[in-house]
Formats: sequence, structure tokens, C-alpha cells
Amino acid sequence: MSNLTFDLQLLNTFAALLLLSSFAMLSQRRVVTMVNLLAFQGVLLGLATLLLGWRTGNTHLYVSAVMTLALKALFLPWLLHRLIRRLNVYWDSEPLLNISATMLVGLLVVIFAFGLAQPIAALATTSTRSSIGIAVAVVLLAFLTMITRRKAMSQVVGFLSMENGLFFGAMSATYGMPMIIELGVALDILVAMLVLGVFFFQIREQFDSLDLHHLESLKEEK
Amino acid sequence: MVFLFLLATPLLGALTLAFFGARRWAPEANAAFSLGTFVAACALTARVVGEGNLSAAHEQFFIDPFNVFLVTLTAFVSLTTALFSRPYMRIEREHGRVKPVQLRLYHSMYQVFIAAMLIALTTNNMGLMWVAMEAATLSTVLLVTLYRTPASLEAGWKYFILCGVGIAQALFGTILLYFAAEKVLGAEGMSALLWTHLNEVKGQLEPTVLSLAFVFLLVGYGTKVGLAPLHNWLPDAHAEGPTPISAVLSGLLLNVAIYAVVRCKVLVEGSLHSPLPSRMLMGFGLVSVVLAAFFLWRQRDIKRLFAYSSIEHMGIITFAFGMGGAVANFAALLHMTVHSLTKSAIFFAVGHAAQKAGTQVMDDIRGLITLSPTVGWGLMLGTLAILGLPPFGVFASEFLILTTAMREQPWATPILLLALGVAFAAIFRRVQPMVFGETTARRLPHPPALLPVFAHLGLVLVLGLFIPSYLADWFRLAAKLIAGV
Repeated sequence: MSNLTFDLQLLNTFAALLLLSSFAMLSQRRVVTMVNLLAFQGVLLGLATLLLGWRTGNTHLYVSAVMTLALKALFLPWLLHRLIRRLNVYWDSEPLLNISATMLVGLLVVIFAFGLAQPIAALATTSTRSSIGIAVAVVLLAFLTMITRRKAMSQVVGFLSMENGLFFGAMSATYGMPMIIELGVALDILVAMLVLGVFFFQIREQFDSLDLHHLESLKEEK
Repeated sequence: MVFLFLLATPLLGALTLAFFGARRWAPEANAAFSLGTFVAACALTARVVGEGNLSAAHEQFFIDPFNVFLVTLTAFVSLTTALFSRPYMRIEREHGRVKPVQLRLYHSMYQVFIAAMLIALTTNNMGLMWVAMEAATLSTVLLVTLYRTPASLEAGWKYFILCGVGIAQALFGTILLYFAAEKVLGAEGMSALLWTHLNEVKGQLEPTVLSLAFVFLLVGYGTKVGLAPLHNWLPDAHAEGPTPISAVLSGLLLNVAIYAVVRCKVLVEGSLHSPLPSRMLMGFGLVSVVLAAFFLWRQRDIKRLFAYSSIEHMGIITFAFGMGGAVANFAALLHMTVHSLTKSAIFFAVGHAAQKAGTQVMDDIRGLITLSPTVGWGLMLGTLAILGLPPFGVFASEFLILTTAMREQPWATPILLLALGVAFAAIFRRVQPMVFGETTARRLPHPPALLPVFAHLGLVLVLGLFIPSYLADWFRLAAKLIAGV
């Protein structure tokens, strides 16, 4: 790997750390730690975008980086921490699948993700194309996190992590979507989280808990 | 200018009603803003008919025959729904189910929802379309949970998380589309996301990436269409929210989601030159029709019953778009129109019926026709129309779809016919005793709004008897556009 420049190596490190944090999130039962991991992902994304902006001289990436850091590394984790404190939901219950089995499934998911990303990476001309596989893996791992969790809060963290993966994918494949679209997506995420905050309080008021097994009564009657 | 008016009216309405949504005159204001939107939509239609396709704001928005008719339909149904919601929400307030602050939220979000759908329909930018679709979901989440009952919270949560994940898939699909297009159109400006530009160069887009993109886009927007097996959120969200919201979700949002799928299909098909997208649409469509038909038998809640009926009809439309070709596309567009009109009319009637009976459980609703002949007949006629009896418009479109299927995909015809038969029996055996027989209904504090019900059914009847030539031309142009000729 001697032909890689230092900044590209740094970018690859960020990508690797992103994947690692996804795995950590998959195995983590403490909701607070999950949110911290999410914030860590936000920081990684922001730094990667910043570095890429510097490398390509693309000014819109700078704006994007600042937005990522503000929203994903600071504001959303802050909001989630606040909700966790107010609603007193520090732990997730036992996941549906035990941790070691989940990790094994996670490994298979990563292999699948790299297979899926192969044709895209082959066509990409960006210097970051090797990270596309990692981005897809992050998306799928986040999806797995959502499937295996019971608490509403952990599912939301999974959802946001999925969005991080998508953002990273867009960045590695095309150096980011046009600015206005990124703004629109960020706005949607922000509104989604605010709606969710309201929503959580409604659930808590009704059930005194955020455990999703309360939300399983609407089934098809015989 | 007209265009600006079209999008600005509902947004202005949302802002106004956010502050004054609980006043006595708020329901009228809501209807007035919807009327404004409808007038703008009509003016826009007139201009497109006169001058051909339009584009606005540096091509970020564009109007062609395909979306202009959906814009008009959306504006029309949102107007009639606003008229229906006037007495409906007043009755809910007197029954103590909503408080002033919830009414403010309701009225304001109703307008945001309409604006989001109109943006999704008229935008030329695939990214903006995604943003608008997500906004349409978010604006209705808190409306589904408006009553704050445990069941409605569950429905809202499912709606939020399933559509959230679904729409994330669609975002990935959009990114892949952009990735493929950027190779051809370049990253400068937004050209690589504009549908009209993509449509011009669709033959040069990389097929492998586009087929991958289509899978994600179909799964993503398909979740919003309510295609099986991604339909889980739909019956809950329809059943637990206030009825005017059920009417617009079923009559409008599903249409907008199908519109998004079809726009993507046109691009992908042009790039792939293979029947893959068509086959996927046909497959998802058939599975939805069959699954919904059998689930219809197990329903006890009247709004869930008609929600499953919506899944069935979305399946039929998706199947028809999957077959492609000018006739099938024409039939699918007609079916979108008549389904939207009929289903919202049914929900209007169902809303008042449920208020009269004080429940949504079908076994407890009896003899509507004795106390209120108009609600009873509205429900009965609406049901007959949606089941595809002649002379209503649904018959015409289903007939066209079935005959095309016989010619082009003969294997699918018996499956479709069987599912339609099963659905017919399932719905009719439920609705018949609700309308006739001994009554359990009570009087309501406000007279029900039945004008929208009969206006919609009248239109569906007219469309069944004859389609005005300008409408037929318009459908034909749109059908050709979708077929890529």
C-alpha cells in the first residue's frame, strides 16, 4: 500500500473505524453508549468529508462537513441524550438474537455488502471508491441493529446510523449529492427527530415505557 | 406564476392554520386554502393544455401530461376532503376526542401534507422528490396518532419506522441513480438528478447500476405504495387516524408513491432494454392483489377493511404499469383516478357511519339506511363502485386491465380474476348488513357532509359511462410518455 498518499490512508482509516463502530453498536445494549457511538460516527463522517473537501478542493464538501458535524455529531446526540434522561430509558432489554449470533450474522452481512458494492466500485472514478463497500455494510448493519432491538430508542439510533451509512456511500461514490439535496435530506432527518421526540412522550404517557412489545396489539384478528 | 401560487397556497395555509387552527372558522379556512390550491391546479392544467409542457425554477419543476392530471386530482380530492373534514372534526370535538391544540396540529399538517405531495408530483429533481415524499410521511405521522390511543400510537410508530426505513432504501436508490447519471451528464449543477435530462440520456446509463438502483427505489417507494409484503403499516395507519386522513392517505399518497415508482421505471427500462423492471412490478402487484384479497376476509374493523382494499387496488395498478404498453398504462392511469375518487368517497361515508355507530367494529354497525339513508346509500354505492360493478368507472379500468392481461400475460388473468372474486365476496358480505337491517345508530350533533361523497361517486359514474375526449387524450399522452415511445 505504499502508493497510497497519507490523506487517502487517513480516509481509509476513517472508513474502517466507521465499520468498527457499526459492529460496536450492534453488540451494545446500553442505549447511552449506542448514542455515543452514533456521535462518534458523526465525527468520523464530518472529518472524512472535511478531508475529502481539502483533497478535491470542492467547497460544497466543506459546507457539508460543517453541517454533518453540527447535526450528526452534536445536535442529534444531544437531543437523544436529553430524551434518554427525560424518559429514563438507559438499557435495552435482551435482544431478540443473542450477541454472538448477531455478530456472526453481521459478518455475513459485511461479505454480502462488499459483493453488492462490487459493480458500483468497479465503475466509480473517485479516489474513495474502495470505501463504497464499507458504506453499504454500515447501512446493512444498521438495518440488522434495527431488526434485533426491542426498544424504540435503539431502533431510532439504528435508523440514524443507516442514514450515516447512506451519506458515506454518497460521498465515496460521487463526492456527495448536490448541496440542495443534502440540505433537504438533513432537514428531513432533523424534522423526523423532532417528530420522534413528541412521539416518544406520547408513547410514554400512554404506556409508561418505551418497550415496543406494548406496540404489538394491532394484529390481524381471526 | 400560476405554479408558484399552486405551491405557495398550501404552505401559506399551513402557516396560518398553525396559529389559528383551533378557531371556529378554521375548518372553513382549511377548505378555502384547499380551494385556492384547486383553482391554481385548474389554471395550471389549462396552461399545459394550451401551451404544452412547462418547466419552472431552472427546470427544478416541470409539468407534463402525466403529472398534471395527478396534480389536479390531488388538489380536487384535498378540497373535497377539507369540505368533509369540516363537520367531521366538529363532531369529533363535541364527542371530546380532540382538543384545540390537536385541531391546530391537524389543520396545519393537513396543508403541509398537501404541499409535500404537490412538490413530489411536480418536481423534476429526483432528489427533491425524495425529500418531498419523506416530508409527506413526517407530516402525517402525528396525524395518525392524533387521538393518542394506544392503538393509534402503535400505528404511528409502525408508520414512522417502516416508511422511514423504506424511504432510506429509496434514498440509496436515488444515490445510485445519481452515480450512474453523473458519468454521463457530469456533476456540474443538478443536471444529473433532473428527470427530463435523465430521460434524454437513459440509453447511455450504466445498466448494472441502474438495475440495482431500481431494486432499491422499488422497495423504498413500494413501501409507501403499500405493496405486499411491505404493506404492514398501511392498514394500521388508515384505521387509527382521523377519517379525513385515511381518505387522503388512501386516495392521494398511494398515488403519489406509485407515480414515483413509475417515473423511476421509465428511466430504468430505457437503460436496461430488458423486461426486469416490468416483471418486478407485475410480481409485486400480483402478490399484493392476492394477499389483500385473502386478508380482507379476516377484517373486523371497517377502516381496516377498506385499507386492505386499497392494497388490492394498488396491486392492480402496479400490475398494469408492469405490463406496460399504451393500453395497460392508459388503464392504470384511469384506475388511479377512479380508485382515488371512489376510495375517498367510501372513507367519507365510513367516517360518518362510524361516528353514528360510535365504533369502527363492523359487527356493531347495523342498519345505517334507516336512520340516515344518505350515509347508507353513499357507503353502499361506493362499495359497489370499488368492487368494480358496471356502470362505475372502476369497472371500465379493471375490464381494460383484465383484457390486456388476457392478451399479453394470459397466465396472470385467472389469478387476478380469482382475487377480484374473493375480494368482492369478502367486502360485500360485510357491507350489506351494515347498511340494511335493524339500526343501532345515533344522531350526530352536526349534519354529515355528503356532498363530497356523491360528487365523487357521480364523477366515477361519468367516467364509467364515457370519458371526455380531452381527458382521454391526456391519459393517452401520459400513457405514451410512460411507455417511452
